[in-house]
Amino acid sequence: MAAEELRILTRHLGAPGVTGLPGYEAVGGYRSLRRALGMTPEAITAEVKASGLRGRGGAAFPTATKWGFLPQDVFPRYLCVNADESEPGCFKDRVLLEELPHQLLEGTLIAAVALQASHAFLYVRGEYRAPRELLDRCVAEAYRAGYAGQGVAGSRFGCELVVHGGAGAYICGEETALLDSLEGLRGQPRLKPPFPAVRGLYGQPTVVNNVETLSNLPYIIEHGGAAYAALGTEASPGTRLFCVSGHVERPGTFEVPMGHTTFRDLIALAGGVRTGHVLKAMQPGGGSMQVLGPEHLDLALDFKAVADAGSSLGAGALVVMDETTCMVDVSMRLVDFYHHESCGKCVPCREGTYFESRLMHRLEAGLASADELLTLADICEHMEGRCFCPLGDTATWFVMSAYRRFADEFRAHCGAGCCPVRAAAEAAA
Amino acid sequence: MAEAAGPPAAATPLLSAATRERIRTACARYPAARSAALPALWAAQDQLGHVPPEAMAEVAAELGIGAAEVEAVATFYAMYFRRPPGRHFIQVCTNVSCALRGAEGLLRHLEERLGIPDGGTTLDGAFTLESTVECLGACGGAPALQVDRYSHEDCTPDRVDRLLERLRAEPGPTGAPR
Ligand SMILES: Cc1cc2nc3c(=O)[nH]c(=O)nc-3n(C[C@H](O)[C@H](O)[C@H](O)COP(=O)(O)O)c2cc1C
Repeated sequence: MAAEELRILTRHLGAPGVTGLPGYEAVGGYRSLRRALGMTPEAITAEVKASGLRGRGGAAFPTATKWGFLPQDVFPRYLCVNADESEPGCFKDRVLLEELPHQLLEGTLIAAVALQASHAFLYVRGEYRAPRELLDRCVAEAYRAGYAGQGVAGSRFGCELVVHGGAGAYICGEETALLDSLEGLRGQPRLKPPFPAVRGLYGQPTVVNNVETLSNLPYIIEHGGAAYAALGTEASPGTRLFCVSGHVERPGTFEVPMGHTTFRDLIALAGGVRTGHVLKAMQPGGGSMQVLGPEHLDLALDFKAVADAGSSLGAGALVVMDETTCMVDVSMRLVDFYHHESCGKCVPCREGTYFESRLMHRLEAGLASADELLTLADICEHMEGRCFCPLGDTATWFVMSAYRRFADEFRAHCGAGCCPVRAAAEAAA
Repeated sequence: MAEAAGPPAAATPLLSAATRERIRTACARYPAARSAALPALWAAQDQLGHVPPEAMAEVAAELGIGAAEVEAVATFYAMYFRRPPGRHFIQVCTNVSCALRGAEGLLRHLEERLGIPDGGTTLDGAFTLESTVECLGACGGAPALQVDRYSHEDCTPDRVDRLLERLRAEPGPTGAPR
């Protein structure tokens, strides 16, 4: 059977004028918010629990469970919308921001009702300038229409929507670094516990949710949690927006039901591996996750199946690499990214990524000795599990998984004086 | 207009009344004024093209926090410039998804067309070129670049040449206020 998309989250994508308020209302927009305002916060949370919705920011934490951690009767409470999307290979939140901004605002307001949050802060990465400008216009529309501010949609509930622009720091996607950044500080992670639900922004109970997570709420409230849960599998409910990039014919985002779709289907949706080439490796989840190979093509896009294969669906990316790809070069680029983005708070990450990056540049240039491969493994071993936050751990995952899988290719770089993969490609051309 | 070189005296503030107004509006949106540090630095940079130490001190005074605190923030985030870049700031993504689709070739093409290396600024001050930038979240349109934080995707040499021509004709950064 040919792979097909199942458009739930993106059901209104491309509808006339849907990026504006009248267009969004014309497809039934903000009806779910009105319904939510007629429900108790507990009833909304119960619906989300029934949907089985798990966070789409990377950690896949059950959304209703997270909401349930808020202490009773402590106010004010805050909601933060994580639109810092900076994971290499991820661009799904951007699609939701650019194509369906009011759906995100409606989802945000529904969550705010469930949490009884007085403010929702939308933290948008600094590089997303055009999406941010659109979001500013949509927030202004929502205020004018009475969906935000005091007395949301004629109710007694009030919530302020504040768009907050980041300024170029991947680490601010980590929820506690995001909170520090929102408090006007350097974006560095906080020690957990206490978790943000207990002590978050300015010490108040705070929930941080991803853009895609919240964008699912209007559907869940309209159709019920059970209907949403029925779309995926029991362990991986619902649909997900996957970002396919790299060596495929048509890179892009594709919404598919989880569990019922495989990596092969996803690549087929993107037009297949580029013509005349064969698959060498794939990286699911974003820049942080471990490499998979052609033998994993028939794995289901299911949290557990991918975890059992030694990787993760992470933030919903899939980078496809064909036989021309140098795995040392790819590893070097990812290591460079983490080196650049290390916030400097803890030594294993700050120093580890520095040495990793230096070594990978030597290796890619064919200047490293075979001994240095042992040093690389040693550096990574001293980082994993020893960093203050997951950034440092994830800076080791791809490179070590690639080293294990493509050990010969790594070794062939040692003392070669150049990148052997590139040299072979240039000789063939 | 003839102006003295070097930082202006404290008596002549750098931030305009409009910028100060933007900062005050931002402060009012948060539980505490210091939350407006990032928006305030954006406001300063929008006006001045970069954020010199004197501007950081003025931002600090608006927020009611120390100048060193603002400096700590301004130097942490990659997108605040301490020195003015060229009129247009071109950032080429060379992370994996873009690299797999020709980002290095795109970068070399730009270096050649502009006659500057990665990290350089053209003599006429029109362009700064850089490739040390986070993944731009434009992997679906790789190779991608940003100009003044606006994204341009599926960048072929031809398209980039036309883009450069358009940008040369623009008097200031794309999307600059006033
Ligand atoms: C280094 C790092 C970067 C992260 N970046 C993002 C991000 O850009 N967007 C996001 O939604 N979550 C990101 N996360 C995950 C957040 O910490 C948090 O788990 C998430 O926003 C919670 O939302 P969810 O439960 O809806 O998934 C990141 C985590 C780490 C450790």
